[in-house]
Amino acid sequence: MSETTPTSRTGTERPAADIVFDHVTKRYPGQQTPALDDLSMTVPAGETCCLVGPSGGGKTTAMKLVNRLIDFESGDITIGGQSIRSVDVTTLRRDIGYVIQQVGLFPHMTIAGNIGVIPGLLGWSRDRIKKRTDELLDLVRLDRSFASRYPAQLSGGQQQRVGLARALAVDPPVMLMDEPFGALDPITRTEIQDEFLNLESEISKTVIFVTHDIDEAIKMGDRIAVLRQGGVLAQYGTADELLAHPADEYVADFVGADRGLKRLSLRRMREVVAGGDGASNGASPYADAPSVDADATLRIGLSTLFASGAPAVQVTDGGRLLGTVTLDQLQDAVAGSSS
Amino acid sequence: MSSYFAFFGDNAALLAELTLVHILLSVFALAVAVVLAIPLGAWIGHLHRFSFAVVSVGNVLRSLPTLAIIAIGLALYGFGIINITVALVILGFPLVLTNTFTAVEGVDPGTVEAARGMGMTGWQILTRVELPSAIPLISSGIRTSWVYIVATAYLATFAGQQGTLGDIISNIEGYGLSGVLAAATISILLAFAGDALLGLAERALTPTGLRLLAERTPAADAEPAPAAPAAA
Amino acid sequence: MTTAAGALDLPTQVIPIFEGPQCAPDQLFCWDWFTTNWPTILGPSLVQHVYITLIAVVIGLVISLAAALFAFSRSWFASGFLGFSTFLYTIPSLAFFLMFVPITGLSLTTIEIGLTSYTLLLLFRNSLTGLRTVPRSAVEAAEGMGLTPNQILFRIRLPLALPSIMAGIRVSVVTVISLATVAASVAPLGLGKPIFDAIHTVFSTELISAGVLTILVALVADVLVVGLQRLVTPWTRARRTS
Ligand SMILES: Nc1ncnc2c1ncn2[C@@H]1O[C@H](COP(=O)(O)OP(=O)(O)OP(=O)(O)O)[C@@H](O)[C@H]1O
Ligand SMILES: [Mg+2]
Repeated sequence: MSETTPTSRTGTERPAADIVFDHVTKRYPGQQTPALDDLSMTVPAGETCCLVGPSGGGKTTAMKLVNRLIDFESGDITIGGQSIRSVDVTTLRRDIGYVIQQVGLFPHMTIAGNIGVIPGLLGWSRDRIKKRTDELLDLVRLDRSFASRYPAQLSGGQQQRVGLARALAVDPPVMLMDEPFGALDPITRTEIQDEFLNLESEISKTVIFVTHDIDEAIKMGDRIAVLRQGGVLAQYGTADELLAHPADEYVADFVGADRGLKRLSLRRMREVVAGGDGASNGASPYADAPSVDADATLRIGLSTLFASGAPAVQVTDGGRLLGTVTLDQLQDAVAGSSS
Repeated sequence: MSSYFAFFGDNAALLAELTLVHILLSVFALAVAVVLAIPLGAWIGHLHRFSFAVVSVGNVLRSLPTLAIIAIGLALYGFGIINITVALVILGFPLVLTNTFTAVEGVDPGTVEAARGMGMTGWQILTRVELPSAIPLISSGIRTSWVYIVATAYLATFAGQQGTLGDIISNIEGYGLSGVLAAATISILLAFAGDALLGLAERALTPTGLRLLAERTPAADAEPAPAAPAAA
Repeated sequence: MTTAAGALDLPTQVIPIFEGPQCAPDQLFCWDWFTTNWPTILGPSLVQHVYITLIAVVIGLVISLAAALFAFSRSWFASGFLGFSTFLYTIPSLAFFLMFVPITGLSLTTIEIGLTSYTLLLLFRNSLTGLRTVPRSAVEAAEGMGLTPNQILFRIRLPLALPSIMAGIRVSVVTVISLATVAASVAPLGLGKPIFDAIHTVFSTELISAGVLTILVALVADVLVVGLQRLVTPWTRARRTS
């Protein structure tokens, strides 16, 4: 088997690569309409692309094409410029972290066993696997004592976190994630989303992230691809582009009638207050206005504004007053960036 | 080979007679096993209690070697029809019991809940909801039971009960290998014929809705317990 | 009943019936006879019985695992083998043993052929079912992670098939123990030999001794296999505790 270069992998420092879909069409045998219709898009190295769309829209299909769990007839997919068809399929897959919709933990292996499968096959030492397992359990916020349990002894959400840890085990430069946080409660979900964003910012990975949830897509994705029924790409762009200029009614519907509000989540108070003329250090006309942290989103700023009834909020950064922002300024900030 | 075929012609009357008794004995043993096992299994499955006891009893009975039961029986209650019947009933009983129990216990709790909510009594739930949906599994238990019993009934000869195909099968000196094989062939045909007949009965008894469901779901989950070959 | 001189060492002389001084001829069970004959007849027969059973089950397991792995990706083989097995189920076991006598004689080989055949059917079926009913998601995850088809078969499917394989072993062990008694009428080995001897002489002490010992062997074997099953499939008992 292909236990090729076990020593060169240290579990870190593998450069990300871009993923390019080039006119990819997938038709399942015996199906009238294609599951994926002439998909072309580029996910730049180190970025996260969220795939959203209706159930049956071809999200999972698009993802499985990348690690060749499904074969396709026309078009090509390249990772880092290399066609996925030109690489040995096992090698290809070991460089791609894969988190599936149904989690798919191996029921007969402990949590540690699950996480250590690929490192084991790559010939890592026992100690190194153990160390990596602990690291990953910390990362997904599971107690290390879980290592010796079996999947059946975990809740659905805990299993999903193990699935994520397992996919991260050899620190692959590319990750495919199919609704990885679907079974989590909102609080844990937010937590683990933040953890993942954090991790992403430290180690650059190219991620394709499938979700049903447009809010999750806006939060996690550098770019969002909206698929429609029949596997047609409706729009591909940054969250801001989608929210400000949905390509058509379908996308507008999909991102939601409250897309103006959603855009507020994309920007931080810091950006607005810096752009405003600022209340340098003189006496502010809004001295008793409520304060908001500079890293809070505009959405939180707006919410604070409405909740207090004050005409403006003060933006602070670690206790230091940066300035004040009024409702008009907030509105300008959002409207202005869309033109 | 030719003596094998010749045997059928030369001993037609004997074979017919032995076959008839073989059938009667097997049907009788199966009937006793079924009459004992279905009410017990259904009742305990309905109660959702004592499941450990049922499974254990089933496993213990299933392990009992038929010839050992015959031997002990010879010492305790002697030769004859009782001896072989007891042995065959013990052979067939555990399968029907565990299948009935498993099927009745496994009826969707939602369905039972709905029936109770509609005001059905325990007896009505058992006879109108649980048993009808348990028919396929109960039936597969009975069919396998039949195959075991028919294939084992020849031990009647060792239990001192003459008149079955065992008279030929256990007497290779008298009838030769071709005789043994001829009698075995008839026994095999009986197994298949009975299985087919029981299959027809099952089809007729199974509620149409269940049959449709069974045809839609893959066969993989239709047969939970691995079948065993004839136990002696 | 024609029997061959044992392929294994077993005293073949006529059993000294009613020899013990404390035994009345009409006594149901004579303890004296039992203790006198334990070291010479019953004990060795029991050991033989266990031995015969082990041989059949081990050979059967090796063959049927190989066949199941082969059949796993070849459904023509699987359905052929299963059809054949269903047919074999229906053959009266004594006839099955006798069928091989012209080829292999009245020997241990003959009865092992028969016994092994019966285990094959069960073990093959259970192994194949086990290999095939592994959760799809686990297999897909394994594929996606880059396990080769062989690694998936041996590291994922085979261990996950263990509960089913062990269930097959459990049934086949008790089945072989039962069938082996019948086999003694072909080759005088195992606990079936004292049973057949006593059937012909209607000696109740020996009938009960051998019968009960056979039952004990079956029950103990069943318990041992269950223990082994628990040992090798620890995850099946892992349930959520919190
Ligand atoms: N193995 C298959 N054989 C045939 N058709 C399939 C297969 N897998 C998926 N399809 C079809 O292809 C289409 C796209 O399926 P896909 O699984 O990619 O959807 P999805 O967007 O991931 O949906 P969901 O959000 O429900 O997971 C669907 O119409 C589906 O029925
Ligand atoms: Mg999907």
